[in-house]
Amino acid sequence: MPAVTETLDTVQSVTQSGYKWGFETAIEMDLAPKGLNEDIIRLISVRKQEPEWMLEWRLKAYAAWLKMEEPHWARVDHPPIDYQDLHYYAAPKKKPGPKSLDEVDPELLRTYEKLGIPLKERALLAGVDPDTVQQTQVAVDAVFDSVSVATTFRETLRKAGVIFCPISEAVREHPELVQQYLGSVVPVADNFFAALNSAVFTDGSFVFIPKGVRCPMELSTYFRINARSTGQFERTLIIAEAGSHVSYLEGCTAPQRDENQLHAAVVELVALDDAQIKYSTVQNWYPGDSEGKGGIYNFVTKRGACRGARSKISWTQVETGSAITWKYPSCILQGDDSVGEFYSVAVTNNYQQADTGTKMIHIGKGTRSTIISKGISAGHSNNTYRGLVRMLPGAAHARNFTQCDSLLIGDRCGAHTVPYIESRNLTAKVEHEATTSKIAEDQLFYCRQRGLSEEDAVGLIVNGFCKDVLKELPMEFAVEAQKLLAVSLEGSVG
Amino acid sequence: MLDIRGLAASIVGKPILKGIDLTVPEGEVHAIMGPNGSGKSTLGYVLSGREDYEVTAGSVTFNGIDLLGMEPEQRAAAGVFLAFQAPIELPGVNNANFLRTALNALRRSRGQDELDAVQFLKLARAESKRLAMPEDMLKRNVNVGFSGGEKKRNEVLQMAILRPKLAILDETDSGLDIDALRIVADGVNALRGPDFSALVITHHQRLLDHLVPNRVHVLAHGRIVRSGGPELAKELEKSGYAGLIAEAA
Ligand SMILES: Nc1ncnc2c1ncn2[C@@H]1O[C@H](COP(=O)(O)OP(=O)(O)OP(=O)(O)O)[C@@H](O)[C@H]1O
Ligand SMILES: [Mg+2]
Repeated sequence: MPAVTETLDTVQSVTQSGYKWGFETAIEMDLAPKGLNEDIIRLISVRKQEPEWMLEWRLKAYAAWLKMEEPHWARVDHPPIDYQDLHYYAAPKKKPGPKSLDEVDPELLRTYEKLGIPLKERALLAGVDPDTVQQTQVAVDAVFDSVSVATTFRETLRKAGVIFCPISEAVREHPELVQQYLGSVVPVADNFFAALNSAVFTDGSFVFIPKGVRCPMELSTYFRINARSTGQFERTLIIAEAGSHVSYLEGCTAPQRDENQLHAAVVELVALDDAQIKYSTVQNWYPGDSEGKGGIYNFVTKRGACRGARSKISWTQVETGSAITWKYPSCILQGDDSVGEFYSVAVTNNYQQADTGTKMIHIGKGTRSTIISKGISAGHSNNTYRGLVRMLPGAAHARNFTQCDSLLIGDRCGAHTVPYIESRNLTAKVEHEATTSKIAEDQLFYCRQRGLSEEDAVGLIVNGFCKDVLKELPMEFAVEAQKLLAVSLEGSVG
Repeated sequence: MLDIRGLAASIVGKPILKGIDLTVPEGEVHAIMGPNGSGKSTLGYVLSGREDYEVTAGSVTFNGIDLLGMEPEQRAAAGVFLAFQAPIELPGVNNANFLRTALNALRRSRGQDELDAVQFLKLARAESKRLAMPEDMLKRNVNVGFSGGEKKRNEVLQMAILRPKLAILDETDSGLDIDALRIVADGVNALRGPDFSALVITHHQRLLDHLVPNRVHVLAHGRIVRSGGPELAKELEKSGYAGLIAEAA
């Protein structure tokens, strides 16, 4: 079956009530003892066979973290996190480094199959022109707890000059690139969670697109938290050299557990002259049950630097999972005429809390940014958009357009919009529009009169509301995201 | 056959329907006329299961099954279709996609195969053409930015595609131009047959010239005050409701 179809079928087959990615994989784990200290960091570094400079970088971050405090400005609420009660390293036991897919533990392959993630390299559409097939192929890096277990299509990508590999491997194989760019967008002491991540990150993806190359296929990383009482701290670094293009997608799920699990990722993007990076996320971490028990705390720092002139970074996110989401994918628009985009759908249901948005920092002349945020709240949830648009003195004729819409389902949920606008250049222009609406009773009745179930009706109306964002996703994933939206809102009406 | 007995219903505690008795045999088209505010739309909503209306007495069966105990979508699956007096806008929802989702939901509940996008578009284009509707209406968002007449025609297009067994048309003729009126009437006439019946709510004799009803009923103050043949509509056109209502009171 074509891989994408397979993904979609899997998503389709998991409709109807509840979180269907909540199963656990029974696999033998290599687990570091609970707790965080310099020894644990050394252990991670040894396990990853890292060079000395990497360990030093981590220890520096750790020292900074010790002096920092957990931020409390976001509109989210949770019991204190005991950072000493977590495992900071969890990896499936295996023979060192599977060289090919045949060597990957079959139990892991089955897990990803169940999740609908194609880890087999095969033509997507049999009997179709190979050129078009190439376009729809997706290379996948699968990260299971703290390690990358497989990366597909590496050979094809290597021929194009593209590097797509686990970041732990990049640290060993491409140290010059990693040393040059790691922490150059999100410095080690940027914020509490970024510092923690810098100290203990275990895996994630590394992408390098050389000058002038259009990446021949979509790149995708699929994160899965499996082990109990572990934090997941992945680190992603994408470098697009002058004139290159890449589209990257990340997805994530976790088993259903009563405890809360911490996920604190850092993503750094660098775009040089005329380069374009499109970064899409379909975030589906376990959100907790309908009473608000369990679920992932998703505290993520994502930032892109448009360093080169006319470069472009575009963030698209569909956030349906996690008990708490704290995330502000941002763009630093440094290169003249560079472009930043943020398209977001954030859905909260039951007792979920999301505080998400973006920062657009306009430094260069003629820089432009667009923010389209669609927040949907149902149940007892709280959904906050928090966005900053900053026009610095050099940002002559820069422009921003922000559209921020909230949709409420029921009357026990909350939607909040917190825009911050700072302009220090008189020629810069900032536009902000915001709306709040409810799904009207008569809209639901109209759909049901035509034969749709109440949940399908909500799904249809919600997808209509999110259309401007969903159309920014790569086609295959847009369909997946639509299904996900419907599933996340199940039980939200009536 | 639609069989309504002693139906009473209220909204926000205010009684609107006060004991309706009405039988529409299979294959027949009945017209409902009556002054503004008399409860005609309410009757349509109650038959199709809108939640804010509370049924306080009476029964409604359709082909022997109890309609009042069913959810709106179950009634739709049983073949009930309501063309709204004021069709609802669904921003961002593509008309063709909406219709296909609805049709497939109905087909599923009837144990029929779903139509894929290509099969559906073929059907939808053919029906649009038959109803002389511009094809781009299928691509637009449901009723968003449609003119008054276009909204009504869109209701008729939905009816033509969903092929109900009982169609309730609530003032579908209001706001239509002369040509459109004829097309709409033809649309309903095309569905006429032994297992199709319709309740046509209207204020105008003009529609009934094209769509000759088997019976005409007059609804006033929540009751049917007079029933007759097609000639009753013509009579009302001349004399108005006042005499009738006084007579009934
Ligand atoms: N939500 C509501 N609250 C209070 N009264 C209502 C409500 N909805 C309808 N009504 C009343 O119910 C009565 C019947 O309304 P209905 O819409 O059925 O009339 P109608 O016969 O269809 O009139 P028209 O010919 O103007 O369409 C009216 O008096 C109306 O004001
Ligand atoms: Mg009415």
